[in-house]
Amino acid sequence: MLPTPSTSHVPYSRVYEPAEDSFLLLDTFSQDSETSFLSTRFPAGSSPTPLLLEVGPGSGVVLAFLTAHAATLLGRSDVLTLGVDVNWFACEAASETVRRTVGEVEAEAEGVAGQVDVGNGSGEKGVKPRKSQRRSGHLLATAQGDLASPLRPGAVDVLVFNPPYVPTDELPTLPKELADPTTATTTTTTTTTTTTTTTSNDSEKKKPVPKTTYAQESTLLALAYAGGRDGMEVTDRLLASLPEILSERGVAYVLLCAQNRPEEVKARVRAWESERGRWMAETVGSSGKKAGWERLQVVRIWREGV
Amino acid sequence: MKVLTLNFLTCAVKSCKTSVDSFPLHPKDAELVSDDVELNPQLLVNLLPRIDWNALRTTATELGFPTLPEQPPTPEELQADEKMLQDLHKLLMETQISEGKLVCGACGHEYAVREGIANFLLPSHLV
Ligand SMILES: C[S@@+](CC[C@H](N)C(=O)[O-])C[C@H]1O[C@@H](n2cnc3c(N)ncnc32)[C@H](O)[C@@H]1O
Ligand SMILES: [Zn+2]
Repeated sequence: MLPTPSTSHVPYSRVYEPAEDSFLLLDTFSQDSETSFLSTRFPAGSSPTPLLLEVGPGSGVVLAFLTAHAATLLGRSDVLTLGVDVNWFACEAASETVRRTVGEVEAEAEGVAGQVDVGNGSGEKGVKPRKSQRRSGHLLATAQGDLASPLRPGAVDVLVFNPPYVPTDELPTLPKELADPTTATTTTTTTTTTTTTTTSNDSEKKKPVPKTTYAQESTLLALAYAGGRDGMEVTDRLLASLPEILSERGVAYVLLCAQNRPEEVKARVRAWESERGRWMAETVGSSGKKAGWERLQVVRIWREGV
Repeated sequence: MKVLTLNFLTCAVKSCKTSVDSFPLHPKDAELVSDDVELNPQLLVNLLPRIDWNALRTTATELGFPTLPEQPPTPEELQADEKMLQDLHKLLMETQISEGKLVCGACGHEYAVREGIANFLLPSHLV
């Protein structure tokens, strides 16, 4: 079992805290069936570097897992990763989570490779320190945006989305000031600090910590779970963009809950027209069995025969 | 954000997707920082077929990097060319845009980059 990336630095008042859905994705990618599917689809050495996009990385737990363990999960470490989230704080948190996790994984790989005593009791001293193989891919960036809208058509090889999937009466919209919290900072801070603000040191000025109100934080968290009608309003938009955004060899992993009617979703995808090959949709991971029903599942979507 | 990211991004405005002028986005007032990343020749070789070379040449020039050759190197050429490996590694894997703007050549929209995070959310009249 690969360790779950640490997200203890993430402000959960503004960013979705890893939960059962997040862990189901980690488990799904750890299965032999998925690692072998991905390493067959993107054979190391003989195929171009894959680009992986996580839409809505939140805390970054999934993005960090996939980036840091690329060699194990995708069979190669020349993997480029990207995260796009509407929530600015999620972008910041996710990139920090990836940075830390990659750092740990690489440090450990170094340590093991450089160890003089292999520590298995054999006492093999004097083993020459060798340079370790890189285990991790490379995070290109996290960016604030709507779904895959900033991506070039056909660019994405692996897309991962744990969407806001809970059925709700309304879809929250991002308040204007949170569309760009870094500029909202100055106005927010001046209104909250009415006393003793004669001194402010330089380092504080350089890196302002954006403040958020309780109402704004509720909206940010609602954006993480509220899926509107059938919990599918956001997911449906993402699904509709897949034929354009995925490369020919591209594959998407989308998490659904039972109320999303996953069987219907899969049937719809399989009926998509395609100039080359045909669209496939299969459940490749599930959790929370209740009375014969899976509460959550991960659906893999890809083109066969291209 | 790594400079390499620009090779995969485009304007988020729907009607710009089909315009050749929306790619690559043009950095403006960009502040660059450099990360220390270990050079991996195989990574660069596998990356070559993924790169839109013309767009990369534009980006390199706009950011003040040495002009790239008109044609991309073949994998063999790249592997044998230490200087080219170093240059590409520095540009693609090490250089990050920390502040500035990314401008669409088709609609003129400017996407802000702050603390390395680009903001592609559109004002409602552009959605
Ligand atoms: C259920 S959370 C998943 C977070 C994380 N991937 C995980 O598994 O723990 C959904 C995430 O999607 C983001 N999100 C919601 N709507 C989005 C949209 N239209 N475009 C991009 N991200 C969105 C939310 O901000 C939130 O971070
Ligand atoms: Zn544009």
